[in-house]
Amino acid sequence: MTPAELAQASNSAIYASMLVLTLAMVFFAFSFAAGRRKPAVVAAAEIVESEGSTAVITRTEVIDPFVPGRRSANIAMSLTWLGTALLLLGVVLRGLWAGRVPWGNMYEFSITAALGILVVFLGFSIKRDVRWLGIFIVIPALLTLGLAVTVLYTEAAQLVPALKSYWLVIHVSAAIICSGAFTLSAAVSALALVQGHAERKAAGAPVTGLTARMPSQERLQVMANRIIAFTFPLWTFAVIAGAIWAENAWGRYWGWDPKETWAFITWVVFAAYLHARSTVGWRGNRASWIAIIGWSTFLANYFGVNLFINSLHSYSGV
Amino acid sequence: MSEQLPPLSTGGWFRWIWRQFTSMRTALILLFLLAIASIPGSIFPQRGTNPLKAKEWITGSPTWGPILDRLGFFEVYSSPWFSAIYLLLFISLIGCVLPRAATHWRAMRTTPPAAPRNLSRMKSHAVLEGADSTAVDRAAEFLKAHRWHVLRGETDGATWVSAEKGYLRETGNLIFHLALILILVGVAIGGLFGWKGNVIVKTGDGFSDTLTQYDAWGGGRFADPAKLPPFSFTMTDFRVEFDRAVAQHGSPKLFQADVDVKANPDAALTSSTIEVNHPLEVDGAKVFLVGHGYAPHFVVRDSTGEIVYDDTVVTLPQDGNFTSTGVIKLPDSSPQLGFDVVFYPTLQPGSIVSGFPAPDFPATYLAAWTGDPGLDTGIPQSVYKLDKTNMTQIGRVPSLLPGQTWTLPNNAGSISLVGYERWASFQIAYDPGKEFALVAAVLALSGLMLSLFVRRRRVWVKMSEGPNGTTVVEIAGLNRAEGGDVSADIEIITEAITGKETS
Ligand code: HEM
Repeated sequence: MTPAELAQASNSAIYASMLVLTLAMVFFAFSFAAGRRKPAVVAAAEIVESEGSTAVITRTEVIDPFVPGRRSANIAMSLTWLGTALLLLGVVLRGLWAGRVPWGNMYEFSITAALGILVVFLGFSIKRDVRWLGIFIVIPALLTLGLAVTVLYTEAAQLVPALKSYWLVIHVSAAIICSGAFTLSAAVSALALVQGHAERKAAGAPVTGLTARMPSQERLQVMANRIIAFTFPLWTFAVIAGAIWAENAWGRYWGWDPKETWAFITWVVFAAYLHARSTVGWRGNRASWIAIIGWSTFLANYFGVNLFINSLHSYSGV
Repeated sequence: MSEQLPPLSTGGWFRWIWRQFTSMRTALILLFLLAIASIPGSIFPQRGTNPLKAKEWITGSPTWGPILDRLGFFEVYSSPWFSAIYLLLFISLIGCVLPRAATHWRAMRTTPPAAPRNLSRMKSHAVLEGADSTAVDRAAEFLKAHRWHVLRGETDGATWVSAEKGYLRETGNLIFHLALILILVGVAIGGLFGWKGNVIVKTGDGFSDTLTQYDAWGGGRFADPAKLPPFSFTMTDFRVEFDRAVAQHGSPKLFQADVDVKANPDAALTSSTIEVNHPLEVDGAKVFLVGHGYAPHFVVRDSTGEIVYDDTVVTLPQDGNFTSTGVIKLPDSSPQLGFDVVFYPTLQPGSIVSGFPAPDFPATYLAAWTGDPGLDTGIPQSVYKLDKTNMTQIGRVPSLLPGQTWTLPNNAGSISLVGYERWASFQIAYDPGKEFALVAAVLALSGLMLSLFVRRRRVWVKMSEGPNGTTVVEIAGLNRAEGGDVSADIEIITEAITGKETS
């Protein structure tokens, strides 16, 4: 393909992905709102048989929140897979067009970050049923893509010399996975707050309405905690890799540049989150708020520092 | 609640305060304070990295500038309040971690507690019916072989084994917190013994590492400027390329400096190329290429026709297209002369800024001044600024091209632009703490991963007599970290018991 065709193909793939994701969003919304209000409880017991003896392993109650809306939820999940594949194609084509990793400016960071959000979610969905979470993932991914194609779009160009380093690949790929995982943890934490509110209102009775499709507040909090426990070391790694790169590029590993400062702030807030989870009186709603604040500091770093603050790291290309 | 009330004796008071101070809640609050205290430094220009902008801010806002300055808003990361927060945090950390380390040390050498009476209440629970009587023995053997800490016993006619695993979780947590202190030590070593300096070198010129050659130099309290590593280099060539495509027009694509280096006066000459991301390492120090610009070459004659200046003058870029400014001071000519110089790599006729950073159509703007440039007053002066208090302007030219000469008004002489050279600016840095800090950071990351990924868990296997004389084996487990699931362990233990039975 010629460069112009590659460019065209990348843009088309990204627009197609946005279309498919929008459809996914509609189906997610429909599955959420459709059908009966009470979730079905399916009792499951796994039985291991071996000669002459029976072992019953872990009796669990599995709640299938999507008995009524199951079909649309499943369609939405398939569409999300398809949209993610198209987005991956768009990002790869963009890289081929530019002849380098597609992380040279904010447009490219943003389409890759949207990919990161979706991939982390889909990775999560392989192991557990998170269809109820889909809509809260597809919306931020679509917003990110929308912003990318409208405001941040730039033609592919050479990397500025400061970005020509294999540390770009290491540091930025870690940060992009973190962006997806932090978004996921913020979405789950926000839902935990909503569910907590619903549970308090129901005062012991089973919750009804839309939130009946979601796990209990406690389970949502545990889930957010797991995601952050996975993301925090990765973020620590991304910061360390950034410091090594800065040492190589500018002669100091830490200089309190605004970008570095906000990476540090995000790190400290999530460290506070992990402490809050083991502190009486903080592990509930307050911890959820801290997770949301942590994600906001990440966003502040990405949009605020890239676009509005004069930093050594200003590569927005806008 | 009563235990929250402080006792009245002094020692009791102290212990109470210390306990509060080293609690998780205090750590949490201090972490929040640290995050909030970091914010102003990203909004206000900082003296350390941006002294000119900081000064502009302070003078530009006569009421708030000095107040914020006194409060340390332009040196946030060395301000008393910022330091206080992180020092308190680290003292709290030490006070918290040391006792925990002692507790953990003891816990690692003791056996787990006895099995609880009622295992079926555990979330993960399995029952084996008709197992043979050696099941508990085999379970214990299996657990020991897999490095569980094991305790065996008998209560109410039931034999049991109780086992615990995952002590590395707490070990990792302790390593992580202690490594944070080590990172701080690494930073402190760099701050006290490290130094860095900046120097501008023109193509063809050299630099040797002594204090007097630096344009700016700063070091920690124990850095000795008399003992810098004795290396030297000459910049033989400098190459720059800029993007000419429409997108990112004028952004840099490449800059490289070729240098001939001597590690010490007696060493052999070696050639090397310095680029962004590829610093030169010599004698423990690192030489980074941080900037570049143009140095137009002028010849100046005074009123007697004598050549009073024949040299390049370094001009500093003011924008992305390298509109660059500099000055020439000639206090010994007659008359005394001074020039404001603006260099345009690509002159756009009619504009006062350069159109492109590469030298496509180089030209200079000049303003000539006569009078005393004030070099003899003893007050140190910037070489990039002309002190015009005792000078008067005699004329200016908007664009002087290479090869052209401007005859100054009032018979003051003439100035010709011969051409231009390039200069590169280097930062030379020495930080003896950085390897230490890196090792500590890797240690912290490893500890963190142990602490977050290792699951601390207990399992029990209990054998008792069932209702009709058969043997019943119960297997149960408990994850000590929240939300964890031990069913995988139970499955494996069940297999260990039943698997041997069938073979
Ligand atoms: C520089 C400040 C600190 C940072 C960045 C920090 C960071 C962290 C992080 C990321 C964790 C979660 C990972 C793990 O379990 O190892 C953690 C856990 C923990 N921190 Fe800190 N910490 C700091 C100071 C403190 C202080 C002052 C205390 C004492 C009160 C403390 C006590 C603990 C404890 C007890 C845990 C384990 C919680 C659990 O068992 O789940 N930390 N810390």
